[in-house]
Amino acid sequence: MSKEPVAVIGVGQTKHVAARRDVSIAGLVREAARRALDDAELTWADIDAVVIGKAPDFFEGVMMPELYLADALGAVGKPMMRVHTAGSVGGSTALVAASLVAARVHGTVLTLAFEKQSESNAMWGLSLPIPFQQPLLAGAGGFFAPHVRAYMRRSGAPDTVGSLVAYKNRRNALKNPYAHLHEHDITLEKVQASPMLWDPIRYSETCPSSDGACAMILTDRAGAARAPRPAAWMHGGAMRSEPTLFAGKDCVSPLAGRDCAADVYRQAGIADPRRDIDAVEMYVPFSWYEPMWLENLGFAAEGEGWKLTESGVTELDGDLPVDMSGGVLSTNPIGASGMIRFAEAALQVRGLAGEHQVDGARRVLGHAYGGGSQFFAMWLVGAEPPTS
Amino acid sequence: MNREIAVVAFAQTDHRRTSDEYSEVEMLMPVLHEVLARTGLKTADIGFTCSGSSDYLAGRAFSFTLALDGVGAWPPISESHVEMDGAWALYEAWVKLQTGDADTALVYSYGKSSPGSVRDVLTRQLDPYYVAPLWPDSIALAALQAQALIDAGRTDEPALAAVGARSRADAETNPHAQLRGSIPQGEYLVRPLRTGDCPPIGDGAAAVILAAGERARDLCERPAWIRGIDHRIEAHGIGVRDLTDSPSTRLAAERAGAFERPVDTAELHASFSSQEVVLREALRLDEGVRVNPSGGALAANPVMAAGLIRIGEAAARIHRGESDRALAHATSGPCLQQNLVAVLEGDPR
Repeated sequence: MSKEPVAVIGVGQTKHVAARRDVSIAGLVREAARRALDDAELTWADIDAVVIGKAPDFFEGVMMPELYLADALGAVGKPMMRVHTAGSVGGSTALVAASLVAARVHGTVLTLAFEKQSESNAMWGLSLPIPFQQPLLAGAGGFFAPHVRAYMRRSGAPDTVGSLVAYKNRRNALKNPYAHLHEHDITLEKVQASPMLWDPIRYSETCPSSDGACAMILTDRAGAARAPRPAAWMHGGAMRSEPTLFAGKDCVSPLAGRDCAADVYRQAGIADPRRDIDAVEMYVPFSWYEPMWLENLGFAAEGEGWKLTESGVTELDGDLPVDMSGGVLSTNPIGASGMIRFAEAALQVRGLAGEHQVDGARRVLGHAYGGGSQFFAMWLVGAEPPTS
Repeated sequence: MNREIAVVAFAQTDHRRTSDEYSEVEMLMPVLHEVLARTGLKTADIGFTCSGSSDYLAGRAFSFTLALDGVGAWPPISESHVEMDGAWALYEAWVKLQTGDADTALVYSYGKSSPGSVRDVLTRQLDPYYVAPLWPDSIALAALQAQALIDAGRTDEPALAAVGARSRADAETNPHAQLRGSIPQGEYLVRPLRTGDCPPIGDGAAAVILAAGERARDLCERPAWIRGIDHRIEAHGIGVRDLTDSPSTRLAAERAGAFERPVDTAELHASFSSQEVVLREALRLDEGVRVNPSGGALAANPVMAAGLIRIGEAAARIHRGESDRALAHATSGPCLQQNLVAVLEGDPR
């Protein structure tokens, strides 16, 4: 039994900002869904099922909000699912939706992820004290800073590499009208002079807190044939998970991430990711995660990832552009961040990425991770349908 | 959709009013061990793992990550989680098996209602702008539904009391049930519902193993084949719904093939006696169908697991040869907003 090929024929997102006080949660998600439908030139009636994702319910203070959002997303009378896999959730949600098409359970599926972080304080929402358990310290940065430090020590990377990533991604964001941070006066010196938050992570090397939603329309071969604009075709997708903390865990380059990438490459027939993949939209919430993930995903040998960053390979006009959209460093509605990565990969191979389009992008990887570097979701999309 | 997939094993906790002495992981671990032991599988043999739980019950963000430690996700596993009842985790796993990416799946869910007031916690599910600020609790909303049924002449208080009494009498033979035997119908909690019409508050966990094709026959003497499974959601505002009907249940049942041939057994996720009245009619279950032989949610209602338990109980009856064709139902949201129906069959004996 072969799987049905899965195509992305619609992408929509909101203009991500610190606080969307002009819309309700329902209004926010409907805006992104509506734009994805418009891109695909479909209506609500064309959608067979809805799969939504977001990070912890505490961020908005609504328990299982898909129940309340059924009407806004046109799901009444349809199947509706809600995925939650921590920070990787936007990616996982897209993969659950894709499997509905791949299994031929449904023909056309709307998938959407969102976060309206202005409804609460995400940093403290992530820092609830639990007896007898390792606290996450003050937000995610407190958890990840020691792992960045470990990477720096292991690789011998110069202290400035992180600031190069931030400077690049914030400049990429200037070309993306949907990005949250548009810092027109950004300079490398400003990034390097910004306050230290969680040593070695500076303020300008940290993701913002955003309100935003991202939606995609996934469909089968027949749906793609009717689509008005080019489709992005899924060539591989996988999820992997490992425990949060345990003796022997490699917090710098988790095995779950390596396994997940290997599974995606196997499905997509990628022998050498550095050669066979044109661009990567990866989940980099703190600048140093670019070189770390470059190694974890097999684009560089261990300890060598920072050299790609330092030599400009990951710039928008480089040989392997990374985070063309501006990335999580410029836009972070947590629950949506994974899906924005997946959607950016789709936009690139569809040739619809606008000013941040990479010329000739034929195969692009979308990547998401979450929890304590333990949940991974990735997909590889191409401009052509899969051959097998 | 052409792959034969079956429930090959089911395990659950003894559901109890409180489990103060256990963390969620400690509550879940024995169930995971038991369900794996039933098949002889180890964690590393499982192709896909999917769970269902709620951060709001646990009172902390990312609560499911701790449960993952109990699974033993090392080496790393292919895994996902829904913030829904475990019945929907089973649905996601069923889809995954349909793609052919995996041949076996471990599904689990758990919930501890005891640390808080679950009646109040569930109000946080409601429209956050217009309804949740009024804190209408889950029993009050169910009472509106029950009163609508009574007003429509579809049931009365003695008939509702009989549903509760029958459920707890059936639970006598279910060692996992929380309320068993003769339980007083009690005082009104919210008219017209008395304590006997409402589910017990309790903590519990459940786990199921799914397997495809020949793998299922290897792992289980009489697999419970999932002949159809579907779920549908309705409008959220109860003011725009006819609370005496459940069109989403009927549609899911149609899509799952429930009406093609009669079932002999039905496990319904009716947390309130009045909801059984609605579901029986939507599912066209006549007096010949054995409804909730486990005692149902009126005998044990661990929130987030109670729906998965319905599928597990229906499958277990097929495993034991006590049913040939069973329907399992799960629900979520106020007044049966979202419903899932699965049809399970055993091979002819």
